[in-house]
Amino acid sequence: MPGAWYLTLASILFVVGAVGLLVRRNVLVMFMCVELMLNAVNLTFVTFARMLDDIGGQIVVFFVLVVAAAEVVVGLGIIVAIFRRRAGATADDISLLKG
Amino acid sequence: MDWVVFGVSAAVVLVGALGVVTSRNPVHAALSLVGTLFGIAILFVAQRADFLAVVQVIVYAGAIVVLFLFVIMLLGVDQAENLEVDPLVGQRPAAVGLGLAGLACLLLPIAFGKWEWLSGQPSVVGPAHTGTDPNVTRLARALFARYLLPFEATSVLLVIAVIGAVVLARRPLGSERLDETVREEP
Repeated sequence: MPGAWYLTLASILFVVGAVGLLVRRNVLVMFMCVELMLNAVNLTFVTFARMLDDIGGQIVVFFVLVVAAAEVVVGLGIIVAIFRRRAGATADDISLLKG
Repeated sequence: MDWVVFGVSAAVVLVGALGVVTSRNPVHAALSLVGTLFGIAILFVAQRADFLAVVQVIVYAGAIVVLFLFVIMLLGVDQAENLEVDPLVGQRPAAVGLGLAGLACLLLPIAFGKWEWLSGQPSVVGPAHTGTDPNVTRLARALFARYLLPFEATSVLLVIAVIGAVVLARRPLGSERLDETVREEP
């Protein structure tokens, strides 16, 4: 199984996540799109770990998992704090810093 | 056999990803995300990253998606989002065009077979597959020897994340919840 197919799949997955992040308005769904992008990058790292026969790629995926878990915890905490102040917030409603 | 596994899991991954992006209901998006994460885990197994596949299922599908669903249910934001409204005129076509341009840039080195553009020169930390040691042994040997300092740094990161979540989710001082005061009155 050549690695090119895995890399192509990871590229498509990353782009789907990025477009979703730009298109969607619900902050929770935007967060899920970030997770999609992180998973695409993880798949790329594992593929290169196999192709170059280097365990370092899998180590990086391990750290990405830890950082993603921490990011989700803090991000969802922020979302809960926002929703406590106003109901039904989309990304367009959170525009206090707009000039 | 390899191709069958890859084809099925790639289809699961892409259908799940498109489900996350296009479904109006956040709960459906979260469930589609589970499909994508399982498909990625299968692809990890297919590339002999066994430990990471297990961790992927436990941490992502087990913990993170449940956290997402928990927050969706807690906040009651599971109503459908109207995807027809475009608050910024022309933003969606621009986003799709930008995505396609980025995809072209990503696929160009793969199409030409120029791996060096993507990966740089290989620098070997330790062999991932050659030899007799199982995957977990290799991973542990690299993680607890060469990458010990980053590993310890992640523990600090997790502590910071826990403290941050507690601070963010804490009720502000002096503001009692309305329903609790009502419940005490009769």
